[in-house]
This record gives sequence, structure tokens and C-alpha cells, in this order.
Amino acid sequence: MDALILSRLQFAITTLYHFLFVPVTLGLSIFVALLEMWYINSGSYEERIKLKKLVKFFGTIFLINFAMGVVTGIVQEFHFGMNWSEYARFMGDIFGAPLALEALTAFFIESTFIGLWIFGWDKLSEKFHCLCIWIVAFGSNLSAFWILVANSFMQHPVGYAIEDGRAVMTDFGELVTNPYVLGEYSHAFFAGITTGGFLVIVVSAWKIATDEASREIFVRTLRRAVLYTLVGTLGVMGSGHMHAQYLAEGNPMKLASFEALWETENPAPFAIVADINQEERRNDFEITIPKMFTFMVHNSFEGEVKGINDLQREAVEKYGSGYYIPNDVRGMFWSFRAMVGAGGLMLFIVFVTGCLVFFCREKIKDHLCCLKMMPLLLPIPFVANSAGWYIAEAGRQPWIVVGLQKTAVAVSPNLSAGEVWVTLIGFTAIYLFLAVLAVFAAVMFIRRTHITEDEE
Amino acid sequence: MDLNIVWFILITVLFTGFFILEGFDYGVGMMLLGRPKNERSQFVRAIGPVWDGNEVWMITAGGATFAAFPHVYATMFSTFYLALFLMLLALIMRGVAFELRGKLKYSDWINFWDCSIMFGSFVPALLWGVAVTNLLRGVPIDFQMHYVGTFLDLLSPCALLGGIFFVLLFAFHGTNFLLIKIADKGLLEELQKKSFCLGSSALVGYVLFAAAMAHDTDILSKPGTIILLGLSIAALIASCASAKRGCGCRAFISSTLSVAFLTIGFFTALFPRIMVSSLSPEWSLNIYNAASTPHTLTLMTIAAAIFVPIVLLYQGWTYKVFKDRVTPADVHYH
Repeated sequence: MDALILSRLQFAITTLYHFLFVPVTLGLSIFVALLEMWYINSGSYEERIKLKKLVKFFGTIFLINFAMGVVTGIVQEFHFGMNWSEYARFMGDIFGAPLALEALTAFFIESTFIGLWIFGWDKLSEKFHCLCIWIVAFGSNLSAFWILVANSFMQHPVGYAIEDGRAVMTDFGELVTNPYVLGEYSHAFFAGITTGGFLVIVVSAWKIATDEASREIFVRTLRRAVLYTLVGTLGVMGSGHMHAQYLAEGNPMKLASFEALWETENPAPFAIVADINQEERRNDFEITIPKMFTFMVHNSFEGEVKGINDLQREAVEKYGSGYYIPNDVRGMFWSFRAMVGAGGLMLFIVFVTGCLVFFCREKIKDHLCCLKMMPLLLPIPFVANSAGWYIAEAGRQPWIVVGLQKTAVAVSPNLSAGEVWVTLIGFTAIYLFLAVLAVFAAVMFIRRTHITEDEE
Repeated sequence: MDLNIVWFILITVLFTGFFILEGFDYGVGMMLLGRPKNERSQFVRAIGPVWDGNEVWMITAGGATFAAFPHVYATMFSTFYLALFLMLLALIMRGVAFELRGKLKYSDWINFWDCSIMFGSFVPALLWGVAVTNLLRGVPIDFQMHYVGTFLDLLSPCALLGGIFFVLLFAFHGTNFLLIKIADKGLLEELQKKSFCLGSSALVGYVLFAAAMAHDTDILSKPGTIILLGLSIAALIASCASAKRGCGCRAFISSTLSVAFLTIGFFTALFPRIMVSSLSPEWSLNIYNAASTPHTLTLMTIAAAIFVPIVLLYQGWTYKVFKDRVTPADVHYH
């Protein structure tokens, strides 16, 4: 393997790992902020003690996750220069701006106000303390927005010109209002709400089942988390659908690839399963719902959806001879099904849990066994998030910036395969090691913390 | 003044902020070495509320370099590939350590994370010293702005001397920060002695480093650099003297000035170059051949003019909120 493929692998591993924590930060920060508002608006003394403990409880889980997100995020910022120096040269005029703006407008406030929030319980007024976590939530989401502005340009370049062999910015407004940003950001935002909410559901359910002293407060938390996650799942589905429809114009090759639609069809069927043969550019076997793909794209059963083979021909006309099909159509196809399946499963789980906590509250005691098993479901949102990014990034290949620069020429020319092997193994090892320690710390903390009316 | 110069100044400001703020964070981290658990907790608590915001200065310096001088970002980061990898490992361990060390009460758990903080503070301090020395001396960069040397070329004896000098300077600076943050009288006296020792060692390191640089490079050909380095050394001496007399506040302000003058002096020496090619002066990256377009520079100038003062305002305010000294009672639960 050469430095290029190793660098790609390293970027994929570190990005996916980073994005385990990002959605939790996006969603859980807002949830903790809502909990704190509940706390400062609550009445009785006993209630206040419990709610303050509850805020600190989920706050601590948030902080462990936040720390992991921050440190793995620094790696991502360094990567563009370390492994992708030719990309940085070609794109710096455009790509550097949102990255610098992220640090300047978002990362600074997140990092400063998180310190105030952690250590400011006795130093700040209640309302101001609550405002701090809202600012952290706002900063995190703004941070995600800038990163997705940068990523959207790579998926769908706008507001640029090519001068002296590099891309230069001509209109910053267009960069920010890139229609791709709307789809990506709303999808990521709601994925964050879903992931954060689902984590709270799982933790609350487990505490209800295993910690009798804290049961009452976690039942109430669970009710809020169910509603929160419901909003998230519906939002993530709506924004995903909207974005997929947009892809039909914005990046039809990606859309056709994750649906494994090789030939242009009108109306196009939707493949539920397919045995994809990328060499011969067809599916050897598939089970389809007729007209369904057309319906999903056009909201009607009439309409053309372009297939991969036609799009390849168009790309050859536009960019000259070459292979413009993402090289892992099979992976994209199944990732998409994993993502959508995970989303549907979460909606179902939220619905069932919601029925239990809202309509059969007195029967919760009969279902402790089920609630205790809930942590086994925790991987679901994370599978969905990772699969989503895999589709987004694998679907951009062979381009690093669609239509402007190919991934193969973007890698740092001075790197040897040996050097990248060292860092690839190093990052993977330390990430696995830290995951074990962070999960261990979180589980021990969750197990040992009781939310009762007793003062500390 | 053209925008390229404005951005050179802004990058200087960001690196100065980074070295001042993370300088004492790294220093405090290194000071955990050999201290009992209770004192380590006090040290960590002293920087706990602020270290994360301080680290963003480095991220912003990196991001701003990317936006304003993309070729510098590309060449620098790919040149220092393995060094940055080591730095990232160190920063990862350190960042997670601050959050996880207090989560469980086992001694081994806390000791492990304190080791991570020490390692995670020492390695970046050392590597920044190595990087700065290499930037001043120049590295083999070819006509396409590509680094053509190896990792070991970056670890010359001179660069290691620079690294050790940075470690000593930051350790001194961090000890001075503790002088204004720790309440315990007995501990303070110990720290004062330590500060004086470290300050004197840093001074020796400084002189050796400056001599090596004067021998190898043209930095002393610029009067501005000579004045700034002179001021920096004077501030370091003043800081040492203050530490010996027990004036923690003065010691800290002086070491802050020393780090600031050093950083500004270093950038003055480079100007208008940012990365010097040791192969040919024409192949050096400077503020013109490595820059973004005027359009992007204008945009980023507006953004910086608005947001840098705001950041300074709320970050400064945070220091005010946490101005109290840390007492042993503050960390009894850790």
C-alpha cells in the first residue's frame, strides 16, 4: 500500500472516530442545557437538589464525550496540511477561511465557556451558569456549521474561480449559502439531537432498571428524552429525504451509486437488496420495488433518474477520459441501507419506550428486564452516523473536490508509506486505548452516581 | 500597509498568545513531576478552567495560517509530519487526562492521567522549540515548496537545544503562574525556589540558544530582532529576580513579557519570510508567494478585526472569574 491509500485510510478512521463524539456533543449539549433550565425553574428544595444532581450527571457524561471530541478534532485540522498538502495548496484560499472562522467564532467560545460551566457552579449566578451551557451548545453547532460549509464545497463547489492552477474564492456568501450546506447541516444537526437523545434514553432506562433509589427522577428524564429523540429522528429523516432529492441535481453520481442504479430509468425502481457487480457495471441480482426510486426523487411516479453508466459517459465528456464512478458502490449501497434501517429502528424503539413511559407508567416495574437490556441498542445511532459519512465521502470519490481536484493528486508528495504506516497505527492504537478508558470511566460513573434527595 | 503584512502580524499575535497561554499550561503540566497527589490536584485545578480556551490559540494560529498563507500551512505541516504526529499524541493524552483524572478515585487511575499530563505538556513544549529552531535555521525546501529532507534532519543538536530551552522557559513560566494561583504558603515557598532554579536554567539555555542561532543564521543582522531578544532576556532576568524575592505576580508578568518578546523577535527575524529554504533563498516561502488572494485576506481581516477583540474580552473575563487562589480544600474531593 502506498502513502495515498494509507492516508485515505487514516483520514477515514480518524474522521469516523471523531464523528462518534461530535453528534453526542451537538445533541447532548442542548439536552443538558434544557435540563439546567428545568432545574433553575423548579420549585421545592428537594426537587432542586435532585435536578442539580441530574444536570451534573448528564453534564459529566457530556464532558467525557466533549473531551474526546475536542482532542480528536485537532487531529482533523492538522491532517489537511500533514497528509494532504497539495489539497491545502490548491484549496487553501477557500478552505482555510471556514476553518479559521470555526476556530475564531465557535471553538473559542465552546472551549472558554465549557471551563466556566464546569468550574463556575459557585461563582456564577444560576441564570448565567445556564447561559454558559447554552453558549457551549451554540458554539458546538456553529463549529459543525463551518466544518460542513468547508465539506460542502468539496462536494459541490460554488463561489470560486480557478486562477494559476488553484481554486480561489470569488464569493464568500455563495460558499455559506451553498444549497449543499443546508442539507448536510440540517441532517447532521438532527442526527446530533437523535444521538444525544438516544444516549439519554439508554442511560435513563438502565438507571431505572438497576438503581431503585434514583428510579423516579430517571423515569421523568426518560419521558423528556423520548420526546427529544422523536424530534431528532423525524428531523433526520425529513432532512435526509430533502437532501437526497437535492442530490438528484447537486450530485447525481452519488445518489445513483448508493442506490446502485446503473442505467437511467423512467420510472426508476428502488432496490431493497442487490448483488452489485462493479466490474461489469450492473447488479447480478436485485429485489426491487417498481417506480419507488422515482417517487422518492420526484414525489411522483413519473420522472427520470439518471443511472451510473450515463453519468460516467457525461463525466468523460466533461472532464476527459477516466473512471468517475465511486470505487465502492457496494459499500455505499449497504451503508445507505444500514443508515436508513438504523433510523427506522430508532424511531420504533422511541415509539415503544414512549408508550411505556407515557401511557403505562405504572407497568414500568414489570419491564425492568427489558430496560436493563437497552444499552445493547446504544450502537444503533453510531452505526447510522458512521454509515452516513461513509456514503458522503466515498460517494465523492474519485474526487477530493468534485470536478476540480482528484484525491490521487492531493496527497503530500514528501510522505513515504512507512511514515504514514507509523501514524496510522499510532492513531488507531491510541484511539482504541482511549475508547476503552473513556467508556470505562463513563460506565463506572453512571453506575456509582445516585440521584436522590440527600445532600452531598 | 498591505494585507499580507497585516496577516503576518496577525499570525504573530496568534502565536504570541499561544506561547504565552499554552506556555504556562505546559509548564504547570510539567511541574506535576514528583509532586504528591494532593499538590498535583491543586496544580491541575489551577489551569483546569482555562487550559481548553488557551489551546484554541494554537488551533486558531493553525487555521489562520491555512486561510492566509496556505502554502506555509501545507509545507510546514507536511514537513513536520512525524513531529506533529508525536505532538498530537501528546495533546490527545493531555486533553483527555484533564477530563478523566478526577472521574475515578483510584490512585493508579489518577497517577496514570497525571503522567499523561506531564508527558502531554513536555512533548509539545520540546517539539515547538525544535520547530522554531528549524524555522529559523531553514529546512531543505525545493522549488515546488516541498520538503526534501527526512525526519532526522529536523532533530539536529541545535534544534534539540532549542527544544530544551523551550521546555525550561515554559516550565519557568508555568511555575510563575502557580505562584499567583496557589494559596498554600508552604507549597508557595517551595515553588519560589523552584522558579528561581528554572529561571536561571532557562537563562543559560537562552544564551546558548541565541549564540547558536547567531552562529547559524542571520537573525542578529536585524536591529529589531536584537532589541526584542534583549528585552526578552531582560524580562527573564527580572522575572528570576522577582521570583527569588517572592513577588509571584511580577515574576509572572515578566515571564509573560519574556515569552512575548521572544515570539515577536522570532517572527521579526523571519520577516518577510515564513519558512526559510536552506537550499536556495529564492525557494523560501514568504508573505507574498505563500499567501491567499486579496479577496480572502480582506474577508479574514474583517473577521479577525471583529472576533479577536471579542475573544480577548471574554477570555480575559474568565480569568477574572477564576482569579482566586486554589486552596487544598478546593481539591479535597479529587
